[in-house]
Amino acid sequence: MRHIVSLLVENESGALSRISGLFSARGYNIESLTVATTEDPTLSRMTIITTGSDRIIEQITKQLNKLVDVVKLQDVTEGNFIEREIMFVKVKAEGESQRAEVHRLSEIFRARIIDVTDTTFCIELTGSGDKLEAYIRAMHENNIIEVVRSGSMAILRGEKALTL
Amino acid sequence: MELSGSEIIIQFLKDEGVKHLFGYPGGAVLHIYDALQKQDDVMHILVRHEQGATHAADGYARATGKPGVCLVTSGPGATNAVTGIATAYMDSIPLVVLTGQVPSHAIGSDAFQEVDAVGVTRPCVKHNFLVKDLTKLAETLKKAFYVATTGRPGPVVVDIPKDITAPHIKIPYVYPKKIEMRSYNPTSKGHPRQIKRAVDLLLSAKRPIIYSGGGIIMGEASAELRQFVRKLGYPITQTLMGLGAFPGTDPQFIGMLGMHGTYEANMAMHECDVLLCIGARFDDRITGVISKFCPYAQVIHVDVDPASISKTIIADVPIVGGAKQVLTEMIKVLDKTEKEVDSNALEAWWKTIAAWQSQDSFAYDKNSDLIQPQAAVEELYRVTNGDAYITSDVGQHQMFAAQFYPFDEPRRWINSGGLGTMGFGLPAAMGVKLAFPDKDVACITGEGSIQMCIQELSTCLQYDTPVKIINLNNRYLGMVRQWQEFFYEKRYSHVYMDSLPDFVKLAEAYGHVGIQVDKPGDLHDAMKEAFKLKDRTVFLDIITDREANVYPMISAGKAHNEMDISPLQQQKQASLKAEGELV
Repeated sequence: MRHIVSLLVENESGALSRISGLFSARGYNIESLTVATTEDPTLSRMTIITTGSDRIIEQITKQLNKLVDVVKLQDVTEGNFIEREIMFVKVKAEGESQRAEVHRLSEIFRARIIDVTDTTFCIELTGSGDKLEAYIRAMHENNIIEVVRSGSMAILRGEKALTL
Repeated sequence: MELSGSEIIIQFLKDEGVKHLFGYPGGAVLHIYDALQKQDDVMHILVRHEQGATHAADGYARATGKPGVCLVTSGPGATNAVTGIATAYMDSIPLVVLTGQVPSHAIGSDAFQEVDAVGVTRPCVKHNFLVKDLTKLAETLKKAFYVATTGRPGPVVVDIPKDITAPHIKIPYVYPKKIEMRSYNPTSKGHPRQIKRAVDLLLSAKRPIIYSGGGIIMGEASAELRQFVRKLGYPITQTLMGLGAFPGTDPQFIGMLGMHGTYEANMAMHECDVLLCIGARFDDRITGVISKFCPYAQVIHVDVDPASISKTIIADVPIVGGAKQVLTEMIKVLDKTEKEVDSNALEAWWKTIAAWQSQDSFAYDKNSDLIQPQAAVEELYRVTNGDAYITSDVGQHQMFAAQFYPFDEPRRWINSGGLGTMGFGLPAAMGVKLAFPDKDVACITGEGSIQMCIQELSTCLQYDTPVKIINLNNRYLGMVRQWQEFFYEKRYSHVYMDSLPDFVKLAEAYGHVGIQVDKPGDLHDAMKEAFKLKDRTVFLDIITDREANVYPMISAGKAHNEMDISPLQQQKQASLKAEGELV
């Protein structure tokens, strides 16, 4: 089963390597990992997408909780949550018809064109991983120059929150 | 008080009550050694290899319950310490290891003797720190001691760049008495409802067993365990790490369990209907094959580390808490409850166990012309009245020690259980002797293990730590040879030590006493002689039967009731069967 684990960790240099090291040392999967500071500069928030049986997920959350740098942890998938990922795609856009095609496709996916040159567009798209993949599939493969994905982040709906 | 970084380290150690510091100087820690030289409160023990420092500090910690403290230099100093750090990590031993680091500005430049000590040690420490700011030094040291000694204990590394310890930069110092860490709050009190459930389940048992481990010793819960187990009258088995928590000579103790445990302990594990595991972690050397583990049992698991619970064996009643606190609560519940032990069932259970015991699974040839390693350990037990501190290395001798030297007190049996580190025994013995100079300390070892840290004989002389080295010398790497005998059709691959040193001369070269014995009849006198020389380190080189094996044995993929048993036990089983005593 796929799980999204959100963590508040001490904003210290070793924290990320402790967490990624735990996953590799114990043979757990990481599908994606994102990290950035929060409104409190001493805390970082990390979102880890992982897969495993219930027992493995239980071990993952226990082992993460055991790390001294981990302040708080939440398995977001246990609740009602919103998940989003952001993607930048740089595509070839040469000639009227190609430019129009990219435009049209981006409108369908509610993507935004954030940079334009004579020969390229850069598109920003937000959504679930599935949506981002669908966009890439829809875009002609030969047109894609570069893809950057942020990895997922997630938040619980309603009043529940991961805070100190 | 204005102090330099180096002075802060030394003053902090004093304030923290540290009496012994095991270390080895080098470039990155020169400032600290200069400050160390100017005082007498913290005794520094100069080892001969950093691995020895960590093992000595580890032995000290296991024997005293206080954290062991090391000081090593950067680069090779730190990497040499890694084996000892990993050893302590696997057995949850509180260590604080201070590693020197190249100056802050040089970090990352591949400077002389630079290694990323925080990175190298990360997978085998409870936590580690790199000190980046002199003003945080005292606080970081306090955190290190706090993390190392609380919850499930473990080693903590503090990496200190040289510039932080510079003598001319001084700042105000106050000893941080208490520390708060928002991200680290170990649980110690068990959940009351779960504790009630556990006691109820235990009282409903027909074939109960208690299986306890090193957590009882680290958690100082020996007295509570004894009280609880005696109140119930149930059989108890202990892991290699737990020996001594419950007295080894008590009739309720049915021996160690696991790969080389007693027949009765393993059979009782297999047949039990309620299992209380406390302060142990269902290690693979304990469980045998998981799919056949305790097939009839409901499992209660008490551990201070939530991650240990249901890691390998699913607990029916999980309790997160310190062994001492949980046992204290369990005793209270037991005293109050109206339920009683099912004494008829218990009597029948003890009868079953007695029948297993009558097979004498540790039997060995007592009429041999060769010294049997088991006999050597038994002799050591007699000569020391069962009251010595025993350290060991890793291999057959370690198992013989665990089997034939019953420990009645916790912290007397000091060995590397989890990591299985050869070379642990001698430096650990040194650490113990420093803590308890008036006690007998012996290191049971083999000719393979002892050579892995033999250089510490030199340290033993310098600091006058007269330990007794009981070398069970079978001229083989015995445990490896045993596996090759059992599982590789006696194809002995690289287990023959055919150029062994003359250990007697070697001991003498280091300034100690060496005695060799090779006849069973000489064993007693030699052992007596060794312990009579109170103020000398004695190397007792005992030439033993080359092909003695450790029995019983649970081999890979086997369950507790599928042990390989000794030829002597097989004979006994056959004769019991013939007499109709065994069905």
